[in-house]
Amino acid sequence: MARKISMRQALNEALDQEMARDPTVFVMGEDIVGGMGGDGEKDAWGGVLGVTKGLYAKYGDRLLDTPLSESAYIGAAVGAAACGMRPVAELMFIDFMGVCFDEIFNQAAKFKYMFGGKAETPVVIRTMIGGGFRAAAQHSQVLTPLFTHIPGLKVVVPSNAYDAKGLLIQSIRDNDPVIFCEHKNLYGLETDVPQESYAIPFGEANVVREGKHVTIVTYGMMVHRALDAAAALAKDKVECEVIDLRTLSPIDWDTVLESVENTGRLVCVDEAHPRCSIASDVSAKVSQEIFKALKAGIQMVTSPHTPVPFSPSLEDIYLPSADKIATAVRKTMAN
Amino acid sequence: MSKNPFPLDKQGLLEAYRTMRTIREFEERVHNEFAKGDIPGFVHLYAGEEASGTGIMMHLNDRDRIASTHRGHGHCIAKGVDVKEMMGEIYGKAMGSCRGKGGSMHIADLSKGMMGANGILGAGAPLACGAALAAKFRGDGGVGISFVGDGASNQGMFLESLNLAAVWNLPAIFVVENNGYAESTSREYAVAVDSYVDRAAGFGLPGVTVDGTDFFAVYEAAGEIIKRAREGGGPALLECKMIRFFGHFEGDQQTYRGKGEVEHIRANQDCIKLFADKVLDAGVIKRPELEAIDKEIVKLIDEAVITAKAAPLPTAKDLMTDVYVTY
Repeated sequence: MARKISMRQALNEALDQEMARDPTVFVMGEDIVGGMGGDGEKDAWGGVLGVTKGLYAKYGDRLLDTPLSESAYIGAAVGAAACGMRPVAELMFIDFMGVCFDEIFNQAAKFKYMFGGKAETPVVIRTMIGGGFRAAAQHSQVLTPLFTHIPGLKVVVPSNAYDAKGLLIQSIRDNDPVIFCEHKNLYGLETDVPQESYAIPFGEANVVREGKHVTIVTYGMMVHRALDAAAALAKDKVECEVIDLRTLSPIDWDTVLESVENTGRLVCVDEAHPRCSIASDVSAKVSQEIFKALKAGIQMVTSPHTPVPFSPSLEDIYLPSADKIATAVRKTMAN
Repeated sequence: MSKNPFPLDKQGLLEAYRTMRTIREFEERVHNEFAKGDIPGFVHLYAGEEASGTGIMMHLNDRDRIASTHRGHGHCIAKGVDVKEMMGEIYGKAMGSCRGKGGSMHIADLSKGMMGANGILGAGAPLACGAALAAKFRGDGGVGISFVGDGASNQGMFLESLNLAAVWNLPAIFVVENNGYAESTSREYAVAVDSYVDRAAGFGLPGVTVDGTDFFAVYEAAGEIIKRAREGGGPALLECKMIRFFGHFEGDQQTYRGKGEVEHIRANQDCIKLFADKVLDAGVIKRPELEAIDKEIVKLIDEAVITAKAAPLPTAKDLMTDVYVTY
């Protein structure tokens, strides 16, 4: 039975259902229970944004509040995964990856290959991404390209509650390390979500709007900006096809290439910085594979090559907007 | 027959000797073969440090996990990783422990509880916490053991792990193999505290320092610590003071070491000689019994080198496999 719930609730439900199904699943992170060791109530927070709220009452010690010590506990999650457990580690903000990056890109990502195929590391690292929270340079980044660059990691970015639940369940069941990126501006967004458990396979993009003139390829929060732009452009009879990649590693090249074959125009939208981004990656792939299908130069709409600014007046112009996307689409239509 | 004054029976003593001699012969041979130029990359040898890995690993079984270091050959052998596959790996062959994709610094065998040598100093400590956490969840009495050198004992990952293990009361053991040098930099220069027992205390862990060239000292201290961890008593730190026969890596001219230092330690602080002298003096083991083991090991390592050299290299089809479990 489907009902409207928020992405926050959908993620909570995915964790709940997987913990109930598989006793090797456990959840760890900073303040994911909250209030540990204090005199007040336990489960005081359920994560800084409440995603794990209520799970402690059901699963007790399978929810582990960690010291503020990312290298140690992310590494411990990786180690436990290599020893047959299925940890879901919450790393509050993707910006904090810097302090524990080694355990992700030199350890988890490489065990399978480096040990000749004899190791599996089914760890999920859930983390918040994205701007718009006035959270400034160290709490607002997207950084997804850093992780797609690393062979061995899977990178998942849901854009809505339905995908969040199905992709998180798949992430937990998957036998590879997964970086699961949750955009902080999407937690409250409600969509229809079935109550029962379901998994969305990796590497299957979602065509969220069909159109014949221009293909817009994006993910995460920018899916909504692209849809806003597409709605505005439709009034001028410009029909955009909007592709939500959903997983960046693996990436669904077939859906992207097929769409651009049909439209002949491509706009890549990425909240990450422009250099070596998902946008530039998609641009390069399309140019290499189906250059002749293109009727116009590929456009990229990304954040600029600057840190994320604090002041609302600056952050608003920093982030890709529906207007900027619409302008880029019109540029491709000019040819 | 003399009375056995040791904590191991005769069979155990012979096993300890066999493990230490296997490590020594393996490393001496890799040293020689490396000089011939047949071994790709670079290697870090454990010769001189055998009593530490052996004395600890004799308390472990396959459900106990260890996270090793760049100087990992000895840990691998003591944990039961196949010696021929190890040699194959060092030569980069398809029959190697990691099918030629890991090399000396990444030999692993999860089925033996060996979570890998590690090219990143200190990175094994959080992994061992994870192994200990998994054992705690399962309630199987297993332990996770992290090895670091005195150099990596300064890494944040290691220090954070001490705290994590202490606050979660994990069955984790942190072994500092203090051979006096972090690459070329002396411990005295780079580590501010004189004793790792003090460092452990600062994180709320008990710590013990032993003479790492004395197999029996390591064996007994490790035994107590491991037993305590298995019974829920929590983590501990074990410092083994030891010495390195070779350089940081093969090819290291070791000009930073004092004149005659290596010759002196080989003559007076060779952990295998010290072990052999003790068990022979006590009359528990006869010299021909040790010599028979020596002979077998020379043959084993010789075969390992011959097999590794003759084995096929991985091919282009192997390049793209095993990046993911599912694609």
